[in-house]
Amino acid sequence: MTTNIEAVVPAPADALRSRSLAALTWRRLFKQRNAIVGMAILLFLTLVAIFAPLLAPYDPVQSLLGIETLKEREAPCIHILGCPEDKPQHIMGIDANYRDVFSRIIYGTRVSLFIGFSTIGMAVVVGAVIGAVSGYLGGWVDNLIMRLMDVVLAFPSFLLAIAIITVIGRGLQNALYAIAIVNIPVFARLVRASVLSIKEQEFVSASRALGASNLRLLFVRIFPNALPMLVVQATLSIAAAILEAAALSFLGLGAQPPTPEWGTMLGSERNQVFTAPHLVFFPGLAIMLTVLAFNLLGDGVRDAMDPRLAQVAKK
Amino acid sequence: MSKYILRRILLTIPVVLGILVVTFVIARSIPGDPCRSALGERATEAACNAFNARMGLDKPIIVQLGIYMREILLKGDFGDSIRYSRPVSQMIIERLPVTLELGLSALFIAILVGVPMGVISAVRRNSAVDVATMVGANIGVSMPVYWLGLMLAYVFAILLKDTPFWLAPTGRLTAGLIPDAFYQVWGLGLTRGTTLYMLADFVSNFVFLNALITGQWDVFVDAFRHMILPAIALSTIPLSIIARITRSSMLDVLGREYVRAARAKGVAENLVILKHALRNALLPVITVIGIQVGTLFAGAVLTETTFGLSGVGRALFDAITGRDFPIIQGFTVVVALGYVIVNLLVDISYAYIDPRIRLR
Repeated sequence: MTTNIEAVVPAPADALRSRSLAALTWRRLFKQRNAIVGMAILLFLTLVAIFAPLLAPYDPVQSLLGIETLKEREAPCIHILGCPEDKPQHIMGIDANYRDVFSRIIYGTRVSLFIGFSTIGMAVVVGAVIGAVSGYLGGWVDNLIMRLMDVVLAFPSFLLAIAIITVIGRGLQNALYAIAIVNIPVFARLVRASVLSIKEQEFVSASRALGASNLRLLFVRIFPNALPMLVVQATLSIAAAILEAAALSFLGLGAQPPTPEWGTMLGSERNQVFTAPHLVFFPGLAIMLTVLAFNLLGDGVRDAMDPRLAQVAKK
Repeated sequence: MSKYILRRILLTIPVVLGILVVTFVIARSIPGDPCRSALGERATEAACNAFNARMGLDKPIIVQLGIYMREILLKGDFGDSIRYSRPVSQMIIERLPVTLELGLSALFIAILVGVPMGVISAVRRNSAVDVATMVGANIGVSMPVYWLGLMLAYVFAILLKDTPFWLAPTGRLTAGLIPDAFYQVWGLGLTRGTTLYMLADFVSNFVFLNALITGQWDVFVDAFRHMILPAIALSTIPLSIIARITRSSMLDVLGREYVRAARAKGVAENLVILKHALRNALLPVITVIGIQVGTLFAGAVLTETTFGLSGVGRALFDAITGRDFPIIQGFTVVVALGYVIVNLLVDISYAYIDPRIRLR
């Protein structure tokens, strides 16, 4: 019975405002130059990832040794730039295992986007639960959890990720866990802060008075209000996560060969930079473009959600 | 104010203890046998037992933790490296200066270039310079530092070979060039092993400083030519962030009443910008600079790997792959402590800038 009443009474703050606020935010987002460029790059990358098998001229892990006449680490051959027509075209060259670099870069898009979304996805879910519990319960639980988060934050995140990987072992999957773990405290703090600021507000007290359970309060009343900040932080964190994962792979701790991962490609050929710079140049460029897209989008979303900031920036 | 600082310092004590415990736990959770990694795969059982007894690895884990905490907190002793059989503190003395010089050089570049870029961007808002700076800053924060490092090394060591712009791609100094420590040059009779000697040794490992105070100009120039590429690579991310924050902070300040008042009373425009606006706009910039020191530590691991510098980051990475517990513990503690100290300074500067924080 009580829940019925609760469902009938419109939540004053969100029901009326949220739709128009969301619409407003969307409209503002499309006015942000940063956000548009970021979204365009991201759309492009997503399409590349989805249609990788159609776009890539070769299999990313297949060695072309014996199939074509090639030299090890051969420089790019592009027909319109004067490479002889009778040679097979490899627009980003050939790597040490006689593989087509361009195909590997294309397939690498899948790996990098997956890394970005999965790590931050894990961090957001775990961080949000920890932060919500901590902020909602308060007291010694809150104190204990937050001091633990302080200790995690006391280590530079990249070094902590390296340390975690040495404990749980190398490999892409473990690198994902490590990056997810070091990102948890940021989201936990964010959610905790908004829980603290919202839980004493009147519409929450009203819900409570109407008999809503703790869980319902948390998910229906409190979480939606913390969402905008989470979205901004998550977008920017994805950029950092992709950069960190690539760096781990560069050091040989993340994705292992022959996975077409950009950081791994860069790391395994880093000593060849003086003789075959194309093997280092293209993977790095791909990492930069992807990270740039998320950074631009994150900045754009933040400005769109906080009109006050956007005005300052525009002034 | 002093009460706030005291409270803030007291609050870091549990964090520091937490760091020590976490570091110990991480180091001991690393799979693999330190004995076999130090003595080789085919070490006998007896040799390993003797080794474990000597290193104290045969005691219960909780006793090991107690010993470890006691040695660090009371004596500043991090034990001996398993692999090199040398005191970890000696290795810190040798390697921390490399990382600090790299980090400070990068920070120096970031501030020297980033702040003026941000100011010009703000003053010439929406001009081509502004747009170019902001696009550059966005690209800068998105760039993998090791990639930029490798590309710079390629350009300056290969493409510019046989030109005066050639720069060495690896190392701290040209091989064979060994600088004289200042305490030798000055003939200070220090006894090996004393605290004073260790301190002097630590200071002399700052190559720039040592060369500067003893007038070894060839060493200074050589060190400079080796440091410039890694420092530029490491500086890109802080530089971009500093340029962005300076721009937005300047824009905020330039719209204030007192700036208009200064202009109205006829103060020269350059003076308005540098004296009235910039001084106030720098406050948030300073705190951001403090925060960036942390990212410099992490970037140092990658930059040192790329440029073959034997600093803290590189040593830590090697120790982790070699299961050298004492080094892992010692170096992680040093890095984390540095991070905590910087955070403390940032918090105190916040309170200094914004009096409301003190009262909370």
